[in-house]
Amino acid sequence: MILQIMLAVAVISSIGAVLAALLTVAEYFLANYGPCEITINDQREITVQGGSSLLSTLTAEKIFIPSACGGRGTCGLCKLKVAEGAGPLLPTEEPFLEEQERTSNVRVSCQVKVRNDLRIEIPPELFSIREYRCRCAEIIDLTHDTKQFRFELIEPETIDYIPGQYMQLLTPVDEKSGEEVYRAYSMSSDPAEKNVIETIIRLVPGGICTTYCFEYLKVGDEVKLNGPYGDFWLSETNAPIVFIAGGSGMAPIKSILHHMRNTGNKRKATYYFGANKVEELFLVDLMRQFESELADFRFVPVVAVPDESEKWDGEAGLVTEAVTRDLKNAPECEAYLCGGPGMIDAAINVLKELGIGEERIYYDKFE
Amino acid sequence: MMLSEFEIWQGFVVCISAVFTNNILLTYFLGMCPFLSVSREVKTSVGLGFAVIFVLTCTCALNWLTYHHVLVPLELEFFRFILFIITIAAFVQFVEMLLDRTSPLLYQKLGIFLPLITVNCAILGASLFMVIRDYSFVVTIGYGLGSGIGWFLAIIAMAGIRQKLKNSRIPRGLQGPGIALIIAGLMALAFTGFAGVLQGR
Repeated sequence: MILQIMLAVAVISSIGAVLAALLTVAEYFLANYGPCEITINDQREITVQGGSSLLSTLTAEKIFIPSACGGRGTCGLCKLKVAEGAGPLLPTEEPFLEEQERTSNVRVSCQVKVRNDLRIEIPPELFSIREYRCRCAEIIDLTHDTKQFRFELIEPETIDYIPGQYMQLLTPVDEKSGEEVYRAYSMSSDPAEKNVIETIIRLVPGGICTTYCFEYLKVGDEVKLNGPYGDFWLSETNAPIVFIAGGSGMAPIKSILHHMRNTGNKRKATYYFGANKVEELFLVDLMRQFESELADFRFVPVVAVPDESEKWDGEAGLVTEAVTRDLKNAPECEAYLCGGPGMIDAAINVLKELGIGEERIYYDKFE
Repeated sequence: MMLSEFEIWQGFVVCISAVFTNNILLTYFLGMCPFLSVSREVKTSVGLGFAVIFVLTCTCALNWLTYHHVLVPLELEFFRFILFIITIAAFVQFVEMLLDRTSPLLYQKLGIFLPLITVNCAILGASLFMVIRDYSFVVTIGYGLGSGIGWFLAIIAMAGIRQKLKNSRIPRGLQGPGIALIIAGLMALAFTGFAGVLQGR
């Protein structure tokens, strides 16, 4: 009896073991794609071990592709042009690709597996994306819920970016979720100051990253930023510029204005800054300074509901109303919007009514 | 092993009967879960159907070999449930790896349903039937193949009907699984029409 039980256990276990061994051998031969060559922009060639996703393979090679979801295939940000070797389009990619992108071989890189030699195209600006170790050098209160943070770079020591781009700030491990959290903040600094990253952050109640910045981050602390990301920047035309941004949306505009001053850009520009109350306006002195230093720049602060006690003789009402009243040559202009989705959508509607074509409206939605 | 003509003929008859008169899905109602959940589109159900045909045929043969050459000599027949499941699981794993390598599109399309073939009752059911009915090796292969084809036929028929159904008005309470089950029942009734075809099996 005992013998039979022992025998039974031994037989079943050994059959299981044999099958497991066969599977391991099969995996060794089937899941082993060997070294694969990835040709990037027909210039650079890297040799990698095949078998994992294109996104993670590139990240391992220190080529950072923007991805908000971390490779789970839910955000669709990590799109790349894969000219050769990606295989058929997968159903998991379909929701993220427009018809035109499909025909031009754009793929979602976290879903594409490296199985053979690939030829891919990476927009050149992504090559400059790196991780920067910084020290928090200065925190300035701009209003009751908005602060300006200044970070000095430690390693690498300098950064090149196009004014209007953003960085991702890494919040140290969150106690509740145990995860590292990335949040994107536009740079507000003068791009000529290559060893500094400045940003304007508005407190989001309950927000993980802003809470960290407002309550825990102290001058002298070390933080990690990576970037630069984004394609919100000034076009190379001569059309008059309309900037519309309120609150922390001023950050990229400020950086662009610094750059216009540095390069002696003579384009006509008007900046409509929307705030609810007079006390929510900030950096007005700097903007006035830009007015005197730039060739043709006008700063128009707009306050929605000025208090009786506050003396306000500027524009009142919503920023979109002020634009409608104030902007004369709308159809010639290019518009640059920055801020929350509500404000942006409202502003786009108003600008279209005023006659600015949709292709001339650029925006950076803070979501 | 000598292959007699009779045995091949018998395998062929069993195969045909497994497709029509003894359809594993519509007569025994095995493998209903993927049948109901992957039958929304003809294309995916064709993929799954082929996967089932392949897995069913191969596992039936493998299980016959392990049963008759390992369990019977050792008098461990009562272990067949565990053994069959292990073999099926390992084989499906293997097919998954093979598919990922050779056809990523099909692999992605089948998604979770490929590993779920492991727990598809039709696969285990066919292996157990072959033991109960005391089939020989050749007949077993015929039986596995026939059961797979039968399952394949049932699911593509179902998918075709459900694709048409998309544009028709169905009472709210019957939408989704309700109408699918009714259709499955009607299809089963229709298949009983084959009952008299193979007499004297």
